[in-house]
Amino acid sequence: MSHWPLLSLLIWVPIAGAIPVLFAGQNRPSTARWLTLLISLVTFILSLALLFGYNYNSGAMQFVESHAWLPAIHSRYGLGVDGISIALIILTSFTNVLVVVGAWEVIRDKVHQYMAAMLVLTGLMIGIFAATDALLFYVFFEAMLIPMFIIIGVWGGPRRIYATIKFFLFTMFGSIFMLLALIFLYLKTGNFSIAAMQHVPLTMTEQTWIFFSFLIAFAVKVPMVPVHTWLPDAHVEAPTGGSVVLAAVMLKIGGYGFIRFALPITPDAADHFAWLVITLSLIAIIYIGYVALVQEDMKKLVAYSSVAHMGFVTLGLFIVFILIRDGSVDMAKLGIQGSMVQMISHGFISGAMFTSIGVMYDRMHTRMIKDYGGLANVMPWFALFMVFFGLANAGLPGTSGFVGEFMVIIASFHASPWIGLAAAFTLVIGAGYTLWLIKRVVWGEVRSPEVAAMKDISAREIFVLASFALLVLWLGFWPEPLVHLIHAPITELVHTLGHSKL
Amino acid sequence: MSWNDVIVLLPEIFLTGSICMLLLLDAFSDDRSAMGLHRLSMLALVLTAGLVVWGHGEAATSAFYGMFINDTLAEILILFSILCTAIVLVLASPYLRQRRIAIGEFHTLTLFALLGVMFLVSAGNLVMIYLGLELLTLSSYALVALDRDSRLCSEAAIKYFVLGALSSGMLLYGMSLIYGATGSLDLATINAAIAQTPHMTLMLIGLVFLMVGIAFKFGAVPFHMWLPDVYEGAPTAVTIFISSVSKLAAVGMALRLLDLGLGNMGPYWQQMLAVLAVLSLVIGSLVAIVQTSLKRMLAYSTIGHMGYLFLGLSAGTAFGYASAVFYAVAYSLMATAAFGIILAMSRAGFEADQIADLKGLNQRSPWFAGMMLIVMFSLAGVPPLFGFFAKLLVLQAAIQAGMLWLAIVGAVFAIISAYYYLRVVKVMYFDEPADDTKLAPNSDLSLRWVLSANALVLLVLGVTWSPLLEWCLRAFTS
Repeated sequence: MSHWPLLSLLIWVPIAGAIPVLFAGQNRPSTARWLTLLISLVTFILSLALLFGYNYNSGAMQFVESHAWLPAIHSRYGLGVDGISIALIILTSFTNVLVVVGAWEVIRDKVHQYMAAMLVLTGLMIGIFAATDALLFYVFFEAMLIPMFIIIGVWGGPRRIYATIKFFLFTMFGSIFMLLALIFLYLKTGNFSIAAMQHVPLTMTEQTWIFFSFLIAFAVKVPMVPVHTWLPDAHVEAPTGGSVVLAAVMLKIGGYGFIRFALPITPDAADHFAWLVITLSLIAIIYIGYVALVQEDMKKLVAYSSVAHMGFVTLGLFIVFILIRDGSVDMAKLGIQGSMVQMISHGFISGAMFTSIGVMYDRMHTRMIKDYGGLANVMPWFALFMVFFGLANAGLPGTSGFVGEFMVIIASFHASPWIGLAAAFTLVIGAGYTLWLIKRVVWGEVRSPEVAAMKDISAREIFVLASFALLVLWLGFWPEPLVHLIHAPITELVHTLGHSKL
Repeated sequence: MSWNDVIVLLPEIFLTGSICMLLLLDAFSDDRSAMGLHRLSMLALVLTAGLVVWGHGEAATSAFYGMFINDTLAEILILFSILCTAIVLVLASPYLRQRRIAIGEFHTLTLFALLGVMFLVSAGNLVMIYLGLELLTLSSYALVALDRDSRLCSEAAIKYFVLGALSSGMLLYGMSLIYGATGSLDLATINAAIAQTPHMTLMLIGLVFLMVGIAFKFGAVPFHMWLPDVYEGAPTAVTIFISSVSKLAAVGMALRLLDLGLGNMGPYWQQMLAVLAVLSLVIGSLVAIVQTSLKRMLAYSTIGHMGYLFLGLSAGTAFGYASAVFYAVAYSLMATAAFGIILAMSRAGFEADQIADLKGLNQRSPWFAGMMLIVMFSLAGVPPLFGFFAKLLVLQAAIQAGMLWLAIVGAVFAIISAYYYLRVVKVMYFDEPADDTKLAPNSDLSLRWVLSANALVLLVLGVTWSPLLEWCLRAFTS
């Protein structure tokens, strides 16, 4: 297995696979669907292969590939993964399979282009998590916008054009400053290797500038308050598959960016400005929770709840600095682990929530909460899943939603009881907006003749939802494999953060 | 004059001879489609390119007492000019044939303009620069006016000519002042004389006038007023030539004058270039947003792109110059593809030059919509396309030279300018076609192949451009 360029395959199989899908599927939509499913499954199986060859005791990069790429500016085609990357890569390839199955009958227009765009997107996102060269990372990071731009713009809702242009420009605005920071670091280190950038000493002024350019780039992606406004728009207008990928994977790129770039490259600036990020995270958790409460559009509600849940990720990452200052290294590890578990869990739960809303939308062509009511009477199977995912979103123990948040809250309590209290408060609001949503949509009397005519979910939809549900339960009851996977790199990261670069 | 001088000049001599032959052939031939003429012109281009490659040694050589310099910079710019001219000729032939525009004259004038470029970028002397420039611009004026029955064309040509003549006058005046201050027309001698000259004020005034001429040639703000009108008014085939080959010529002229001739006055002209760069970025990016004509929008985007090119030039380092040349090459390849697609979509009586004309292109012709997508994202500077790396290098040059603020301005306007490229993609992919009859790509096979290859090169070069940068760097590190 070790002779195979596994990471390259993971990136290029879906991207190259998009070409036959594009040409063969032009007049034969079913060919495009089956071909895409085949390529997605191959990618998913390849990504599982990472688990078998991985050395769990090492925090170093593994499956390393390094080839000369752009010798003129010392940028290499460098790939490598640690446990953190592997978890996110598997999340990506897994989500892609479910998105393809989910779009099976839903996307009818230009099927081949939709499927091809999804495949390219998957390959590029895997590339983001696998790149060890900063320029390569940036190339994937930006290139990913092109397929997503097309997906929202072509297959989206009525205001799709506004939403997709906003999405593109917001993300590009964030990342262009990161590009300047990366060029600066390149001039400093002499190459684009992320590892070299993590080791280069930097003064506080340099670190501050670099930290803020990273912060803008990744805060837009996560998204953090106040640059989150593109997310509800993009989510509402995107087709179901686009929303699922956005929520399940794309937001995680922001968290991943913090772990890979902002924290280790500028530890002192991150330490110095941790209060800022913690404050913004708490605002996201509490205030955005209230914003979610008043939404009338289901997709918007879940989008805002995504912002609130991702607030836990940034909180967990930056609370670490307070903990390290206090000397509780184990708690710091717990914070980062909580962030990672929260990212993966949110990938499953939000993906499932958006799929559920998509299921309803396909039948009723409305996302307004007021148009629904009493679904449990006509769609019992669907109601089962919807209630389950709702509880998971609210953080019910036994589901994955609980584990990550609980870890972050414990770490926060150790840092400061007030932060912990504020963070724990989300469990109340989260339960509030999710359960109220469930109450209005699923329970009660059948609202209208249209609702009464709704058919229960098909086998295909059950497959997608059940896959998400199994993972939510698995991670909720037995998070150990994931924690074990990410343990070594997180230990390494916390060790790095404990040492000043000044 | 020695035999060696002639050898150095062989490509130019060969091209001149070929053009004279083509002129005669055009005059006496009654082949209205001019296919023979077209093929011979292509052959002449290929042979000229062969001679350039053959005649180029590792070290720079000069001929005719330093009038003419044959070095790596000249080689790069000449070869890419020949490439772009060849693309122009292939794309233009079906276009001109359908509109019954004088196809023979188009070929000879284009080749004469190319000859001007070859002299301009190899010049080692102020007079040579002026002669090369005039050969290029006079041919260009005539090219713009080629569709003589069109009022828009004539208007554009007159505008181009009047403003062009004015800027040539400024340039010549600047040259005369510099000659007055240093007593030489030879660029290297002028540079050497700067240190001891007592006439620094005179030199500075001369420099300002030269700068006006250079900025006009690039179309940098505030000397950009001609550019949108000419781009819009000229036949699309001519627009392709002006937007690609002329920019390569301009960067050659700027480097000869500023680096070779006035390198020791670097701190002065670097500041001027920085100001021009910022103005061009601002005006180019903001005004392009409100355009409804695709050609005008691309014209303003050109202005913005010249701003980026100036970032590299104003760094004043070898890397900066190399990144500027790289940018010019990248931009000219993007321009041939962008205007080429407009040309491919047009028919006699329908120019396809409005942004709205591309509505629903993805449903009419997914292939060309895909090609235009590549070109637009490349112009917007989205990786992994060629245009991104060109921007990356000029930003790097600016940061390296300690001009972080310029790099930040460049970065901000990259986002703003992304908007109007996105709008073109939006029209092609998200909108429904306006009606059923319009919008079918030209059926000429060689046009389709060349255009597709041109667009795909932007993708391929996007990940394999390293040798090109090394080549550009070699031009400045010897």
